[in-house]
Amino acid sequence: MIAWIAGFAVLLVKIGLVLGVLLFLAAYLVWAERKLLGRLQIRYGPNRAGIFGLLQPIADAIKMMTKEDIVPEAADRTIFLLAPAVVAVTAMLMAAVVPFGPTITLWGRQVPMVVTDLNVGLLFVFAMSSLGVYGVALGGWASNSKFALLGGIRGAAQMISYELALGLSIVPVVMLAGSLSLVDIVDAQASYPFILVQPVAFVIFVVSAMAESKRIPFDLPEAENELGAGYHTEYSGMRFGMFFIGEYVHMQVLGALIAVFFLGGWRGPLLPGPLWLLIKIIVVALVMIWVRGTLPRLRYDQLMALGWKVLIPAALANIVITGAVVLL
Amino acid sequence: MNPDERHYRKLKPVPPQRFRTISEIGEALNALGQGFVTTFRHLFRKPITEEYPEYKRTLPERSRARIVLTRDPDGNERCVACYLCSAACPVSCISMQSAEDDNGRRYARWFRINFGRCIYCGLCEEACPTSAIQLTPQFEHVKREILSMVYEKEDLLVDHSGKDKTYNFYRWAGIRTGDRDKGEHEREDKPVNVRSNMP
Amino acid sequence: MNLYSALFYLLSLVILASTALAITRRNLVHAVVYLVLSFFGSALLFYLLGAPLLAALEVIIYAGAIMILFLFIVMMLNVERLEERFFPARQWVPAAVLGLLLAVVGLLAVSTQPGGDRLLKTAVAAPSAFGSYVFQRHWLSVEIVSLLLLIALAGVLFLGRDNDKGVSEEDR
Repeated sequence: MIAWIAGFAVLLVKIGLVLGVLLFLAAYLVWAERKLLGRLQIRYGPNRAGIFGLLQPIADAIKMMTKEDIVPEAADRTIFLLAPAVVAVTAMLMAAVVPFGPTITLWGRQVPMVVTDLNVGLLFVFAMSSLGVYGVALGGWASNSKFALLGGIRGAAQMISYELALGLSIVPVVMLAGSLSLVDIVDAQASYPFILVQPVAFVIFVVSAMAESKRIPFDLPEAENELGAGYHTEYSGMRFGMFFIGEYVHMQVLGALIAVFFLGGWRGPLLPGPLWLLIKIIVVALVMIWVRGTLPRLRYDQLMALGWKVLIPAALANIVITGAVVLL
Repeated sequence: MNPDERHYRKLKPVPPQRFRTISEIGEALNALGQGFVTTFRHLFRKPITEEYPEYKRTLPERSRARIVLTRDPDGNERCVACYLCSAACPVSCISMQSAEDDNGRRYARWFRINFGRCIYCGLCEEACPTSAIQLTPQFEHVKREILSMVYEKEDLLVDHSGKDKTYNFYRWAGIRTGDRDKGEHEREDKPVNVRSNMP
Repeated sequence: MNLYSALFYLLSLVILASTALAITRRNLVHAVVYLVLSFFGSALLFYLLGAPLLAALEVIIYAGAIMILFLFIVMMLNVERLEERFFPARQWVPAAVLGLLLAVVGLLAVSTQPGGDRLLKTAVAAPSAFGSYVFQRHWLSVEIVSLLLLIALAGVLFLGRDNDKGVSEEDR
């Protein structure tokens, strides 16, 4: 019984740690994005709240929490209230299977540095990611507004299209690692990271991950200048904040997944494991921000053509080639 | 099939751009890379932002912001309370009461602009025949109390002639207003004695 | 009754309730949401019974892909709300008879207890074990199913061909 309680306590501590880091990083990623985007466009970015605008996330949080929570009269109330939670929760759940360090021994007990090591961890990630689509689609539908509906439809179509490419691009990695567990995949990269042997899969995964997290140049579901704010047009206050948190947590989790699948996860010289993972996540996020500052938004047919006619065939060919090489 | 539907079905999707040669792919990648290089270089440039409360740029003289009532070069009020600005105002934020002094000179007994409604369009300035009402570049003109945005005549009246330094309505108007008699105004001939004007 | 059986009955209750709600909703989007909940519950049930791979696939394929397509179509079509009415008798009478028959057969099957008293051992099917089992023992059926899917794919390609020519002739 005591062992059970201790295990539960360790689990709670790990969950708290991961969620704390995720949410803190999400808040400061927004700051970093605004700051970096400003510099990329020869502006300053936020610099009023605190030194370098470092208190900006806190100011934003206070603003969002104290704002009125408006539910449009014609909206489908229950689903409208539910949708932001779906987006945020699925994004956070994805982080549960990401390993952030080697197994350590605590009071004579083995404690793996991952919230839960599922033997189908990779599929769990995709399951959560595919459920996240509901937040976007239902949020758009429930708002009962044409812009939100269009955003929701676009979001659903885009996310299910790119999920295929995302999943297929990972198959070679699974072949090399011989496991669906993220812990095993990181362990398989002990000698070299998979980016060296799977550059094509890496590129496909990064592009699909950006489309999956609805970031520029794939931000058609939000497309400010044609749809208002897309699927979250009608949301205000903290419910809008939930969509925002979901998006940035999603971005981090995808960064973590890129690190786990291709960059060796928490492995790295000198520094401790969790720090390495954090560095890799931040580097991926900064590159995503750089892409956002550079590329224009794709047209819808270009988006679909890229997904279905370029990325998926490339991923399939990559699977066949990798399979042949592994077999030989 | 209704005509609208036919129209939609005739529209063909834009054919996707295809890369014909390797060199075209190279060009596309090069263009992509150049974009990234450009934005990366921007990181090290000094931002061109003018940070407002610390740095205030001087606005052009004719920018439209706070409205004032100017005086003529002699120091008298220019406003003749003709109501033209009030009539021109699209949001009806100008009101006044005209009056006449002992010399027959018209003036506004009270003059009021509700800046809570003013849209700073400048139509009042255009309508003014005496250059009395003028817009100034002072745009920092915000109050917490909405009623304090209502400006009375003494708040509006300034001690200079604004953008029009020379014009003085009563020197040109040809009206007897105490200081000048008939025929003594600018570019005005002496009155003619109609009885003596015989052939 | 240990924790697992308690979870089992709880999940079953959720699945049954959400399925019942799904088939009685007039609002199609609500029905889709309840059905997703039902699929999610069945996925959890799979996980509880020691089949994590099936659980993940259930969520990805049924809840994630198929229901999203349903939702997508419901959103695109903008179906007008049906007024509250009962289905015509020729539709619901056969359905009710068949349903009743099924219920009776099910009840009989449960009451005669074919192996109902035997306790199943807890086992966890690892993804690799599951994969080797399916592809070694049942490779033929897997291939037949994949061939069927291929045929479906070819059919979709055939139906979705660019038949612009026919339309323009019709227009002229």
